[in-house]
Formats: sequence, C-alpha cells, structure tokens
Amino acid sequence: MININRKNKSKLPQISTASLPDIVFILLFFFMTVTVMKNTNLLVENTLPNANEIEKLDKKDRIIEIIVGQPIKQYAGVIGAEPKIQLNGKFAQVDEVGSYVLAKLAEKPEHLRSVAIISLKIDKQVSMGIVSDIKEELRQVRALKINYTTFEGDAFNNLQ
Amino acid sequence: MSKNRELPEVNAGSMADIAFLLLIFFLVTTTIETDAGLNRMLPSGSDRADVKEKNLFRVSLNSNDELLVEDELIEIQDLREKAIAFLDNGGIAEGDGYCSYCKGERDAKSSDNPQKAILSLSNTRGTNYGVYVAVQNELVGAYNELRDREALRLYNILYTDLLTAYNTSELLNADKRVLKEQIETVRNLFPQKLSEAEITAN
Repeated sequence: MININRKNKSKLPQISTASLPDIVFILLFFFMTVTVMKNTNLLVENTLPNANEIEKLDKKDRIIEIIVGQPIKQYAGVIGAEPKIQLNGKFAQVDEVGSYVLAKLAEKPEHLRSVAIISLKIDKQVSMGIVSDIKEELRQVRALKINYTTFEGDAFNNLQ
Repeated sequence: MSKNRELPEVNAGSMADIAFLLLIFFLVTTTIETDAGLNRMLPSGSDRADVKEKNLFRVSLNSNDELLVEDELIEIQDLREKAIAFLDNGGIAEGDGYCSYCKGERDAKSSDNPQKAILSLSNTRGTNYGVYVAVQNELVGAYNELRDREALRLYNILYTDLLTAYNTSELLNADKRVLKEQIETVRNLFPQKLSEAEITAN
C-alpha cells in the first residue's frame, strides 16, 4: 500500500513535444499533396441523381467530363433556362461534344485512350432528349465507355 | 566582443503553430472525393442482333415517367423483381443451352437462358433523367443480385465483395488472377446485356 502511494506521488516525466512540429509537417505535406482544388466552376445547376448499384471512378487520369444542366441564375437571363452542356468551363452546343471528346482523347497518353471513360454529370431535372443527343454524338466518335455519374443514395429518391 | 558576433537564434517555438494553421487550412479545403456512377457501354453501331421476342425484356419510359414493362404498367419499385424473374427464368428445355443454375419458373414463353436474355430500355425525349437513372439502377441491381447469389454459391462470397476485394487488394499477382477468374466466371453466368438502343425482334 505504502509502496503504491509513493509511486503515484513520484512525478511523471514530461512528454517531449519537440517532435510535434515534425509530425504536424508530415500531416501537412500529406494533405497538401492530396488536395485537389476545385477548378471548374459550374455554369449550370448540377444536382446529380442518386443510385446505389454504382462503381467508383478511381482513376482520374482516364476520365473526360461532360456536364449538363440548366444554366445557373446568373446566366439564365442571357441564354435561357433550357438545359445546356458545359465543356471545359464553357457553354457548348451538342455538336461540339464529339470534337471535344476527340481533343481530350488526343491529349491523353496512348495507353489510356482505349480505356477512357466519359463521365456524364447530368442534373436530375434534365430531360432525356439532350442526353440522347450526347450519346449519339459519343457513338459517332466511338467513345463508347460512359458513366452516368451519380451520388450514392437510394435511387427511388429520384422519383420525386 | 565574441558575444556580439554571435548571431541571435531564431525562435522556432511558433513553427508548430504556423504548421498547424496551414494543416487546418488544407484539412478544410481537401475533398478526397472520387466520383461514382453506373458504367455503361454504348451500342457500337447498327449491328442488329438475332433475338427472339421472348428473350427480350422490354422496358420503356414515357414522357410522364411512367414505366411500361412487357406491355404492363408497373411501379419502379417492382421492376427489379420482374427483371430477376426474367433473367433467372431458364426456359429452354434440357439439352443445348440449358441453364442448370437458374432458379426461375422455367416458363417456355420467357427467356431461354441468361446468356440470351436481353434487357432493352427505351425512353422518349421527355423522360426525366433522374427517373431514367433510377430505372438503370434497378436493372443493374437485378444483375448484381443474381451475381451475388451465384458467387455465394460457388465461392461463398458476395459478387460485390469480390469486386471490392479485386479493386482494393494489394495482393500478389497470383491471388489477383484467381480473383479475376472468379469474377469472370460469375459474370459469364449472368452476362450483363442491357441495351439502351431500340431493338426490333425478328
């Protein structure tokens, strides 16, 4: 009993905080390297639909994005409220999709061209007309691998 | 004299604070997000397959987002069940192309075997995209459920788990090849034949 009491009374050695900056720096560098600043500002509304039977698009180097949705308020007055396509941060017409995809493919290294995936980020309010047009364009340039990009969630939420 | 020449030491005590500040900034701005979605293969051209009507499962969406399946108006909630019943039917008689692992009704008027069964999805220009994705999701879900069942039977593991194991594993090549083979086997039992193009049966 006495022994234990004495042990408790003896002062704990102070933990050295000298390595704290190093640890923090390591964390810092980790986050600095994984951070991707969002560089495309959306010109269109883009609430993706939900789905749960989805596959992840892990490898970013082979993805070509096509964004579709109604123009945001700021532009709606100028170009109308009809759904529009956004490529490379600019509004585009349907017939520009093919050449855009080909140009993007040409930028990619050769071994990625055959596995490139077109990620269709389409707002859930859009009607299928414009989507069918885009698919037709993609078929014409033989870019057949597509991905309907969605949020993870219950697909029945889309029905409302 | 000698004391004067010595450079004063820079106080590094605030280094940790500065680093913390930066760390918190990057923590807040970081989004380790990967997109996800439904992968699809667009039809490559005008190749018209030789399909019998009974091997076609027609799903159409009209511009009021109503769902017509095999000439019957149904709710999207019931679609998966119907698709599974169709794919799993195995209606062909014993012999060539007989589906031994199918557990369906074996109705001669429905699909012959999963290899021949095709889901055909058509839509109008007015169909809502969200609803379209929900329907696609249900059809893919039907395939996944059947594949899960077969993978469980053959390898005692869910197909979806098999896929995640394959995608995330840092296994040796030999182990990875085994996984790939298993995935291929299950896939071939229920090959995903989901067509977005209009198919006309002959």
